[in-house]
Amino acid sequence: MKNLAMRAVSCGIALGVGLGLVSSLAVQPAQAAWQPQKPVEFVIMAGQGGGADRLARLIQSIIEKNNFSNQPFIPVNKGGGSGAEALRYLQDKAGDPHVIMATLNSLYTTPLRNPGIGVDISKFTPVARLAEDTFVLWVNSDSDIKTIDDYVAAVKAAGSEKWVMGGTGTGQEDSLVTAMLEKAYGLKMTYVPFKGGGTVAKNLVGKQITSTVNNPSEQLGFFEAGRVRPIAAFTPERIGVFPDVPTFKEMGQDLVYYMQRSVVAPPNMPKEAQDFYVEVFRKVNESAEWKEYTTKKALNRAWLTGDDLMSYFVAERDKHHDLLKAMGEIK
Amino acid sequence: MRRAELFTAVVFALLSGYLMWKSAELPVGWIPDKGPAGGAFPFWLSAAMLACSAWIFVRALRGATPESRTHGPFMDGPTVKLLAMAGGSLLVALILITWLGFYVAIPFLFVFWVRLVGRRSWMTTGILAVTVPVLTFFFFEIGMRILLPKGITEPLFYPLYQTFF
Amino acid sequence: MDTLVHLAGGFATAFEPLNFGLLVLGCTVGLFVGALPGLGSVNGVAILLPITFFVPPTGAIIFLAAIYYGAMFGGAISSIMLGIPGASTAVATTFDGRPMAMKGEAHRALVAAAVASFVGGTIAVILFTLFAPPLAEFALRFGPAENFALMVVAFATFVGLSGDDIPKTILSILFGLILSAVGLDIISGQPRLIFFDLPGFYKGISFIVLAIGIYGIGEILWTLDSSKGRVEIAQHKIGFRNIVQAIIELRKTWRTMGLCSLLGYFVGILPAAGATPGSLMAYGMAKSMSKNSKNYGKGEINGVVAPEAANNAASTGSMLPMLTLGIPGSPTTAILLGGMIIWGLEPGPMLFITHEGFVWGLIASLYTANLFTLLINLAFIPLFIWVLRTPFAILAPVIFVLSLVGGYAPGSSLHDVWLILIFGIAGYLLRKLNYPMAPAVLAIVLGPLAEKYFRQAMIISHGDVMTFVERPLSAVFVAMAAVLVCMPIYSALKRRRAAAG
Repeated sequence: MKNLAMRAVSCGIALGVGLGLVSSLAVQPAQAAWQPQKPVEFVIMAGQGGGADRLARLIQSIIEKNNFSNQPFIPVNKGGGSGAEALRYLQDKAGDPHVIMATLNSLYTTPLRNPGIGVDISKFTPVARLAEDTFVLWVNSDSDIKTIDDYVAAVKAAGSEKWVMGGTGTGQEDSLVTAMLEKAYGLKMTYVPFKGGGTVAKNLVGKQITSTVNNPSEQLGFFEAGRVRPIAAFTPERIGVFPDVPTFKEMGQDLVYYMQRSVVAPPNMPKEAQDFYVEVFRKVNESAEWKEYTTKKALNRAWLTGDDLMSYFVAERDKHHDLLKAMGEIK
Repeated sequence: MRRAELFTAVVFALLSGYLMWKSAELPVGWIPDKGPAGGAFPFWLSAAMLACSAWIFVRALRGATPESRTHGPFMDGPTVKLLAMAGGSLLVALILITWLGFYVAIPFLFVFWVRLVGRRSWMTTGILAVTVPVLTFFFFEIGMRILLPKGITEPLFYPLYQTFF
Repeated sequence: MDTLVHLAGGFATAFEPLNFGLLVLGCTVGLFVGALPGLGSVNGVAILLPITFFVPPTGAIIFLAAIYYGAMFGGAISSIMLGIPGASTAVATTFDGRPMAMKGEAHRALVAAAVASFVGGTIAVILFTLFAPPLAEFALRFGPAENFALMVVAFATFVGLSGDDIPKTILSILFGLILSAVGLDIISGQPRLIFFDLPGFYKGISFIVLAIGIYGIGEILWTLDSSKGRVEIAQHKIGFRNIVQAIIELRKTWRTMGLCSLLGYFVGILPAAGATPGSLMAYGMAKSMSKNSKNYGKGEINGVVAPEAANNAASTGSMLPMLTLGIPGSPTTAILLGGMIIWGLEPGPMLFITHEGFVWGLIASLYTANLFTLLINLAFIPLFIWVLRTPFAILAPVIFVLSLVGGYAPGSSLHDVWLILIFGIAGYLLRKLNYPMAPAVLAIVLGPLAEKYFRQAMIISHGDVMTFVERPLSAVFVAMAAVLVCMPIYSALKRRRAAAG
């Protein structure tokens, strides 16, 4: 047995020496601008198949199709705990120039709701905000509800027992929008959390729930097939693809909420690397594919970068802090 | 064997207790109008597991299962040695993965099993210890685009990335 | 008639040289990706997506569908050859497939799996072609209450699964269910069971981690123990004639194949269920209907046929909600959906109208992908058998490497790899004490679904448990579950009475 161990150790040493030799041979060519040395880990703070995942994979394919980067961006889903897993991972990767992360509003809500993970998003390196997704109030097209007044009357008539609002997980965007809506019109409804926006949309068509606050992209297919009806939009201006749908703002309610689609990098990322990624996403932002997709899916192309982006993040986080507090989700 | 059977039931009972305590970090009751609270499922399942371990313990005491009627040792000497070797090799491999990456751990596993345990020739060992990592690299990293952890050996792979991506 | 014309057009598309080449390539790649534990069609489809930029959308979706099919066939291969289920859908295949391989009948099990997959897939595509739109509407009627009732049926089949020690089986199920609760509770939005505050637990414990631990590492430890280090594996020599013979033998299983395919298909179209409960229910059904149900678990060929027919039928079924509603029925279809959007195709009710050629091309390629995967699979069987003949000293490190890489790949997390080692050792020790492990593995798949549906249904009904009996569809499932649970008890009582009198 002792002999065995000795032999194992000597094998290990031989292997180590071999690797050392290889590494000394691997000379890096000098380059003017920073470029990734290895494939870039493109962390997605949501699970496979959801809206955030689809968007991130779209961005990845735009980058790859147009060769915006010398090394590929490899999507890695870390959706655990509403992104808690991804946030902690990014924090632990401080200084690593080969990791970036696609975020959504759980960038603010998850650290607020889980102080235990010890993540401070203001330490992250901002890369770019690519878009803001919009929210619309939807009902099944078989219902009689046509306007927001009909809606309010219907909810009041049904009572909080019977009126079922479907949305994503408690404490996530849909529940915040619902809480805002309830507060503005003095309503009470039963909120049922589902796994993702797509499932929510399906349950509205199947009449398992009575209304939703889906993103347009999640309901567009059903809308075109005449299965669902948009009632009003949570935007300051009317949405391009729904010119006939009024905004809450027009009706005197200051109900505006966006889902941001941004990319951030770990804390202390080297400046050159940050510049490289900003440049890559600038190209994505100006690509024909991106323009087409955002127009079709009613996303605002809201380009923002650098320190402006960080101040936006901080302001949004504070706003969400107040929202969650008002909902009683945090102390 | 009998002692192992009883011991396992006790371990499961303790584990259930721990899981109940851990689940109770969230409310475990029934919220009127809303159904079970966040911790209810794991809590009551752990409680059921506690009851189940008690049941297993009693059955073992009364000798209702074949295991609890066997008085021989749970594992004999040579088996323990064999399994310690297998478990140990995996533990070393995992430490190697964390520190030096998969491409050091894979050859280690082959040298250990093929050469030291299986006593095959160095030729066979060498061929396997080289081809498997190379195949792994091309299949997983280049083909499937799953980057495996490489620990401090990461920079060695930069030229490969530059060439193949 | 219209359907046939559309379909003929679709076949013409699928047999264009480029599309056909992609089809064959996709089937082969899928077969091998699916055969590796930890990798499944999700990986194949997700990662090959960028390649498809260079070919037109129809070719691309044909390629991806071929990978999807190939991987479905491939899942059974590692279940039979290594005893490690390649995917959660193939867990039930290990119950009888692995014992068959141990008896030296691996080729029969592999052929049975391949042919059953083909039959399941084909029946499903035919149903798909004929009844896609009305079935999609039917699937919409499934709310949380119905989905939960369906899960109850799946759990009820557990009763039929086990001939082992009852309290140990229950403990195994409970343990699997508790492990499945780890991570985020979406209903309250709070994390739970984050052991020792390790961030790796936020994502929960996935099926694949437990399965690879128990079946990959645990199996090797078990083999070492039972052989005392001198492992001899039965020698197999397989020729073309053995395979033909094995195919002919399958005549006897046509009833199982047909019924399980239908069952799998209907479970598959329900957006929330998917192929795993489908394969499990099929196995339970086949066992409870069989005259020699005692042979199940010991290498019964119907025990391989049933889950394989069902899981392939179900995965074809799960494409239906994707295409007609734009709702993915499984993570793989979710990624296919992403692909379609990138190509400018909007899945949903309008797809059949706006991109008719594309839809029928895809349906036709499902027929052809199925056939070619069968042929490719059969051709590779001698190679798989050859793998079985590898000496243990070489096979052991190969399985270790596959387990470590396969455990790392799905979550890109070393935390999972450590868990695999722990589950492997624990699984081996428990197996020595006769604790059945398969119930835990299946419980970890079904647990989160069952809990979520139950609680959603409770919120909607305001805590009224009667909702499961008041809603007609859900009542049917609850009744079915009751029958499934009572049947083995009844037959046991009858046997006891017969023995007594």
